[in-house]
Amino acid sequence: MFITLLSNAIRYSTVFLFGSTGETIIEKSGHLNLGIPGIMCFGAVGGCTGAQIYMNSLTDTSQASGFVLILISILFAMIFAGAMGLLYGFFTITLRCNQNVTGLSITTFGTGVLSFWGKKMGSDGVTFYAPSKYFLQVFPTEWTKGWFGQIFLSYGILVYLAIIVAVIVAIVFKKTRVGLSLNAVGENPATADAAGINVTGYKYISCVLGAALAGIGGLFYVMDYSQGSLEYVIDAMGWLAIALVIFSIWRPLLGILGSIIFGMLSILPRYLTVTFAQIELVNMIPYAVTVVVLIAISILNKKETQPPAALGLSYFREER
Amino acid sequence: MNNVQDGVFDSVLPILTLIITEENVERSVAISLKNITKTFGDVIANNKVNLDIYRGEILSVLGENGCGKTTLMNMIAGIYFPDDGQIYVNGKEVVIRSPKDAFSHKIGMVHQHFKLVDVFTAADNILLGEKMPTFSIKEEAKKAEINLESVMITAEGDSKKKYTKAFAKYYGKLVALPFIKLGKAIKFNHLARKRADSLQKIADKYGFEIDLKKKIYDMSVSEKQTVEIIKVLYKGADILILDEPTAVLTPQEIKKLFNVLRKMREDGKSIIIITHKLNEVMEISDRVAVLRKGEHIATVRTEETDEKQLTEMMVGKKVELNIDRKVPVDPKPRLIINNMTILNKDGRKAVDDVSFVVNGGEILGIAGISGNGQKELLEGIAGLQRVESGEVIFHNPKKNKPVTFYHKDLKKIKKMAEEGFFHYPDGTKVDLKGKKKKEIVKLVNDEQILFYEDEIINLRHKTPREIQELGIKLSFVPEDRLNMGLVGNMSIVDNMMLRSYRKGKSIFVNRKRPKNLADHIINELEVVTPSDQTPVRRLSGGNVQKVLVGREISSSPKVLMAAYPVRGLDINSSYLIYNLLNQQKEKNVAVVYVGEDLDVLLDLCDRLLVLSGGQVSGILDARNATKEEVGFLMTKHNVQGV
Repeated sequence: MFITLLSNAIRYSTVFLFGSTGETIIEKSGHLNLGIPGIMCFGAVGGCTGAQIYMNSLTDTSQASGFVLILISILFAMIFAGAMGLLYGFFTITLRCNQNVTGLSITTFGTGVLSFWGKKMGSDGVTFYAPSKYFLQVFPTEWTKGWFGQIFLSYGILVYLAIIVAVIVAIVFKKTRVGLSLNAVGENPATADAAGINVTGYKYISCVLGAALAGIGGLFYVMDYSQGSLEYVIDAMGWLAIALVIFSIWRPLLGILGSIIFGMLSILPRYLTVTFAQIELVNMIPYAVTVVVLIAISILNKKETQPPAALGLSYFREER
Repeated sequence: MNNVQDGVFDSVLPILTLIITEENVERSVAISLKNITKTFGDVIANNKVNLDIYRGEILSVLGENGCGKTTLMNMIAGIYFPDDGQIYVNGKEVVIRSPKDAFSHKIGMVHQHFKLVDVFTAADNILLGEKMPTFSIKEEAKKAEINLESVMITAEGDSKKKYTKAFAKYYGKLVALPFIKLGKAIKFNHLARKRADSLQKIADKYGFEIDLKKKIYDMSVSEKQTVEIIKVLYKGADILILDEPTAVLTPQEIKKLFNVLRKMREDGKSIIIITHKLNEVMEISDRVAVLRKGEHIATVRTEETDEKQLTEMMVGKKVELNIDRKVPVDPKPRLIINNMTILNKDGRKAVDDVSFVVNGGEILGIAGISGNGQKELLEGIAGLQRVESGEVIFHNPKKNKPVTFYHKDLKKIKKMAEEGFFHYPDGTKVDLKGKKKKEIVKLVNDEQILFYEDEIINLRHKTPREIQELGIKLSFVPEDRLNMGLVGNMSIVDNMMLRSYRKGKSIFVNRKRPKNLADHIINELEVVTPSDQTPVRRLSGGNVQKVLVGREISSSPKVLMAAYPVRGLDINSSYLIYNLLNQQKEKNVAVVYVGEDLDVLLDLCDRLLVLSGGQVSGILDARNATKEEVGFLMTKHNVQGV
């Protein structure tokens, strides 16, 4: 039973992991994007639109190539979500609007768009059960037998992608010049600027890239986790993803672990014989833990575990 | 008058430059500034500045606050862009729009506020933003080909095996090149580990003592500065600009820094130091450029000048301002500061054992280069800064004035009466023994209980609010005017209320009196504003200051401390403020005026206290003091501990 729980938790964690990896990239550039829930909704809309376009272009849907379908879906999810990231970036970087207000409005907007679009798809009789099949599993079914197969090989492509992306992002942060520069932009943009780093460029790229990655999370939720049915609770996942960034103290590798913990806490009630009220109690734990982590890092006051110093602040060069 | 003095220097200037150019024919000019002008709004920061900097020399840029030293240097370093004029580097005209441009011309600046990322190691900070050399596949292929040819030539006559091996190596390299380029493009690097050695080499070359693997937040100010200098050197700067490098250092650290600078000069680098410490100028620099009020006064060789001449050039000729200054009437000590010491954030002494007396009915001017403890001193008096040691004694002018329940409760009054502090209007001693509570309250409210003498209060352990309610008002105009005292987004009326909202008795605020006060200030001080409901943020700087000073004066203070109240104001507004301060003086208020302009300080104040490095370097009679005297005291630095 524990293996089933773990494997389901890992699968479920993907939606948090994409969101938190994306948000970590954005926050490292000094921008707090509370629009992640909305952006994930946009990712879902985009990904499904991509899948729909591809399926409609085929005369015989059974001829569909899983690889192309997934590629197009991911691409569309990233473009839609990235566009929202660009919008957020334009508001907060170029126009220097308040980051929280901008983010929240994007969340409201994205949730609304998904809700509208989902209802429209429903009334048009469009379903995503067919394309969703291609997302569910990468490896042949016989590989997924046994505990090893169940824990490591039983997932869809996006689960692996999420972990690979998180690892790559972690390496980029820790080991590369790009990561160092991005870190500097988030910590002290004036210093980065003086060092000849293109601060605005870094901020824009990280806002767009982070949003695009978070968008894949939305796609995963619809195509893999819900198996094609259009549920509208993606934004709740988005908030957890933002909480996870704090939980993982801005480290994508810890984010992998954290997302599995969050995932496990989210699905745990199904494996326990508890009442409905108690389910909500268990679902609350990730948020409570995040608060505890926030308190803990504030008390420990270790420089390395603090949020980027310039988080939430706009940067002007010729300020006087 | 001022123009005449300037004229004298202008006529000297061509001769001086002539001498310098003749003597240094062999020395090449590193940077040359021609007619550089920069304005911020209406304020001219630099006006047609011409300046040459040679290779292998240390040039000091000397001047008072706000004379445009830092602005000028920021234009060379690419922080600001000049409105007018040209910059020549090595004889070629260049356009410097960003720090990046400056670095491409090998110009590096160490700012007063260090630009370092706290959570990075020193090495990471130095490597930050470094560009990797470009990797060209074509050139690498060519290299491999040349290598192959050389192998073929040396291997002539040898076995075929060697040929094939060389060929295999060559083609293998060709195949690998795109991948190497890709790897370099992703820029994997092992920052601190691999590079710290090459950085350490630079550090050793100039004699820096530093551990480059230490995190910045663990470092002292001096270490941070060292990191900044190494950073600039590592980026290949030949022209170094140091903005007040010694301001934050201990004498020992300054000595070390100067040794390093001398080594750099021997290495052929040009070094520009912005400073206002004369002794350091004389010690380290080859030439001194003096700026005053945005204009370049002269550049002289250090060995041909002395501190007196430099001070004269720096402060200029005294200008009569025609401020109506009355002789103080019956000045009595109001505020006595005894051996006050205040530490700043870094634990250094911002105010160091300062003692002085402020009299009622006179204006005490505080002169000094900004950042020499003025802010901390005033805030210490106002209770906003922790006073490390020393006393602030306040003489509340209560003699023959009634006691109130404003600061004291019934118990306190009873106790004081027992100790014999009070008398009745007819002169007999107050005895409250056996009196009922109601009776005492009535006596106090009817103003029947009067003080024999001035009340003496130690302010050191009072809260800022208590100090304020005693009538000690601080109006501090910081560089960003809206940071202290006023709330930018609130209207003038609401800002008036900041001082009075606590006095109301009901739970609702009373806007009527603050509104009357606001209207009064707007009328009296000619504040230009659309209405009294306009957010203060939208007013121009001068009007903001009028509102701030007006509010503090309106509460009939006993001590008024005004710091830089005329900063950035036009002449008329400035005079308005001077008159206000003079009015307060005539009302027997003790006025403390912290200012920058020596002419104003000398013409407005009765006595002048000069701060230097947090210490009192002199207290002068403002009526007899000369500008040079004050300027000299301002730049005089205690060199104890060397």
